[in-house]
Amino acid sequence: MELQAVLMAAGGGSRMTDLTYNTPKPMLPVGNKPLMWYPLNLLERVGFEEVIVITTKEVQKMMATDPKMKIDVKMKLDVVCIQEDGDMGTADALRHIQQKIKTDVLVVSCDLITDVALHEVVDLFRAHNATLAMLMSNAHEFTETVPGQKGKKKTAEQRDFVGVDQSGKRLLFMANEADLEDGLSIRKSIMRKHPRMHIKTGLVDAHLYCLKKAVVDFLADNKSISSIRGELVPYLVRKQFSKTTNSPKIKDDAENQNQKTNDSSTNHELLISSRDEPLLQLAQERSCWNDHRGDMSEAYHGGKLRCYVHIIDQGLCCRVNTLAAYIEANRLAPKLFEEPAVHPSAVISERCQMGSDSIIGALCQVADKTSIKRSTLGNSTTVKEKVKVTNSIIMHGVTIEEGCNIQGSVICSNAVIGRGADLKYCLVGNGQRIEPEAERTNEVIVGTDQLMEI
Amino acid sequence: IKEEKQRLRKEKKQQKKNKEKKDEKASHESEKKKNKEEKPVSAAAPASQPPTQPSTQKAVPAPAPVPVPVSETPALADKPAKTKADLKAERRARQEAERASKQAATSKPKAPPNELQPVVKRLPEHVQVDNPGVLKKLAKKLERQQIPLRLDYGYKVSLFSHLHQYSRKAPLTQQLSIPSTVIHPAIVRLGLQYSQGIVAGSNARSVALLHAFKQVIRDYTTPPNEELSRDLVNKLKPYISFLSQCRPLSASMGNAIKYIKKEISNIPSQCKEEEAKRKLLSCIDCYIDEKIILAAKAIAKSSIEKISNGDVILVYGCSSLVNHILCEAFEKNIKFRVIVVDSRPRLEGREALRRLVQRGISCTYVLISAVSYILPEVSKVFLGAHALLANGYVMSRVGTSQIALVAKAFNVPVLVCCETYKFCERVQTDSFVSNELDDPDDLIVTRKGKTQLEHWQDVPSLGLLNLVYDVTPPDFVDLVITDLGMIPCTSVPVVLRVKNVDQ
Repeated sequence: MELQAVLMAAGGGSRMTDLTYNTPKPMLPVGNKPLMWYPLNLLERVGFEEVIVITTKEVQKMMATDPKMKIDVKMKLDVVCIQEDGDMGTADALRHIQQKIKTDVLVVSCDLITDVALHEVVDLFRAHNATLAMLMSNAHEFTETVPGQKGKKKTAEQRDFVGVDQSGKRLLFMANEADLEDGLSIRKSIMRKHPRMHIKTGLVDAHLYCLKKAVVDFLADNKSISSIRGELVPYLVRKQFSKTTNSPKIKDDAENQNQKTNDSSTNHELLISSRDEPLLQLAQERSCWNDHRGDMSEAYHGGKLRCYVHIIDQGLCCRVNTLAAYIEANRLAPKLFEEPAVHPSAVISERCQMGSDSIIGALCQVADKTSIKRSTLGNSTTVKEKVKVTNSIIMHGVTIEEGCNIQGSVICSNAVIGRGADLKYCLVGNGQRIEPEAERTNEVIVGTDQLMEI
Repeated sequence: IKEEKQRLRKEKKQQKKNKEKKDEKASHESEKKKNKEEKPVSAAAPASQPPTQPSTQKAVPAPAPVPVPVSETPALADKPAKTKADLKAERRARQEAERASKQAATSKPKAPPNELQPVVKRLPEHVQVDNPGVLKKLAKKLERQQIPLRLDYGYKVSLFSHLHQYSRKAPLTQQLSIPSTVIHPAIVRLGLQYSQGIVAGSNARSVALLHAFKQVIRDYTTPPNEELSRDLVNKLKPYISFLSQCRPLSASMGNAIKYIKKEISNIPSQCKEEEAKRKLLSCIDCYIDEKIILAAKAIAKSSIEKISNGDVILVYGCSSLVNHILCEAFEKNIKFRVIVVDSRPRLEGREALRRLVQRGISCTYVLISAVSYILPEVSKVFLGAHALLANGYVMSRVGTSQIALVAKAFNVPVLVCCETYKFCERVQTDSFVSNELDDPDDLIVTRKGKTQLEHWQDVPSLGLLNLVYDVTPPDFVDLVITDLGMIPCTSVPVVLRVKNVDQ
């Protein structure tokens, strides 16, 4: 077996609590499909037959009842539950399933919606025998107004500095603005080996990683690393140029066991070489290929640890971890699939004006004289007469009484909007009731019990 | 019925033995790689041992070589195979009897009748790309083996339209499932490395191939009711198709594959799986040691005799063997300097330059357009080879024949260094018949921000040709240094014959 897929679906959605306090993030509906369906669909399309899903018990229960998950996902899902409140980072989760990992892993986050050709990332991993291969995309500005955001959009909060080499594939440097105290410092050893480096800040990390099995084993021994993105990836990128990478080859694992206590052993563990290392070395020596030119060193500068990144320019690559991203995703995700915009079981009256880019879920009931433009209606939603819904996302089981005007808003599940209400750029939480004739603009309306949680 | 079949089998063996004694001369012709692959039911029995033939023939009608070792009806699979082979044996015996009677009846003009055995020479498919029938057959074969078909790219120059031309931007992995199940991951990795040029150079490709095969053998388990000697060869066939789709196989790779297949078929059936695997792995190690590493040492030793103090040696491109020789000579404190000639688009000479300068050898670097300028300074030319053909022609990187020609004009001795495992039985006198077309987009270069050839596909009368190999006639080569010694170019067929007799 070549690769094992692991889907991380235990994240809490800490940056969009208004949406996630009742529905866990992996099950948030995007285009009337649960969010975690998208990465699963990507894996299925590419040819995976099994996925290990790391999630919470709540999500597991919801997965069992959700029709989309049951019918559309043909792969075998091996669900591993972890504690919801535990401070388990993504790397901790990987450590938790270390026993199940028998080969190299492809870690995907549940909030990734993309149509990238996955073979581009995996080919980098295969061809260069890389330790890490990841996916990033050039970020697009979000153009839609986000409900509840007062004033101008927040400035770029924590930029990521990513340094790549001239070919744009080799990852040389990765740091987050938060970790850099007084400036960006780059080691001389990197500059000597790669005198031309492109530093990019506007990249979105897709949280899709191909990792060698040795890395998972390394994690098992180094319990201090808890997040893949925050700690493991920068660590691996740094270790590419560490002095000890030119250590002598390790012939078999027994030697590694003895060197565990040694600090420099961390490198050796990562570089557990295959059994035919001398042959590979011979092939590389005899090959007339070099990944760089201009200096006297051999291919890859003799380094055994290599990290690669594939940066996509076009195409959809969206991580749904903020409200703005969620709205954007709802707009773009349905374009990925050719399913009919209107579910066949929905009951739509003839005098309803529906735009072509709206999506109506199953068992909806839309009455006369309504206008639904650029919006998504969830399953079992009832829309009464004379309602105008524009640019909004309506989740499941919502009831919208007559004469309402909803614009640019997000209405969560089971909410009830009283008649004649006028909502502009609002976010209505789960199960909320908006009183009739209410007029709200740019507000987040959630229950009082939510307000108590900090 | 069984007795009849046994009798027919014995008859056939007898006839074959008689033919073998007469067929020594014609044996090396019939040992063409294609014949082995296609297994035509030809009268000229190949020089391989009779017991292996029915076994490999059994492999051909065996059920589809899907590597998933789940065979619902393994018992049935064996039985029809046996009867099919028997039927084939019967048919062959009948055909041979008919042919023998025909020959006796009609009078053949030439004296030894055995030399007229019609050896079915079939062209390999990779030089028949403009024949739609061949393409269809290839597509069917790949479909059966569950390997995706790689499509040709761009406009091909008409003289070379019979060859494949692929684009590096469209790798074969695009059409494979990502955790590749049909093809072993080591082979997928190897194919990618071939098509992207990460593993380039005859020796490197062979070593990498054998390394990947070692991993395949290690991970192999014999399915129930199958024999390792037959099943493993079947498993390797789709892998080889895959690799040849990624990049056409080199002559050295072809010889290595032949060797491995022979070793696998020769595994006795009572051998346990673990022991068989161990034997195969050690065979591979042995092969690499003997044919590549030790051969390089032997060649270096012979060549060093030819390098004297004050020599100016010209090398072309990056040949691992020539670099090795020069480094060894430098270690022996011979004072010489090197001129590295390079050519676009590969510009491999830069890598050779780096390796030589790293050792401390003083080098000059020119492009091939300056070779007649620099040749008056040169005292010897050392060339590497991709393959040595049976008529003494040297197949090497494109540009080599030009260097040999100019060197001949200047009366500079040309020495070709080549290990014996690269000798192949093909015969070629020009570079058109069998060659490799690389990605035409490699020829596009951007200078000062302008890319002139960017839209070459839109110009209907423009074709980009990126040849990889060319053949040098033996008149231009003064000496071939092999691990068997220093031989003139015309002695290559002798070496081949000696090798075949050994086998």
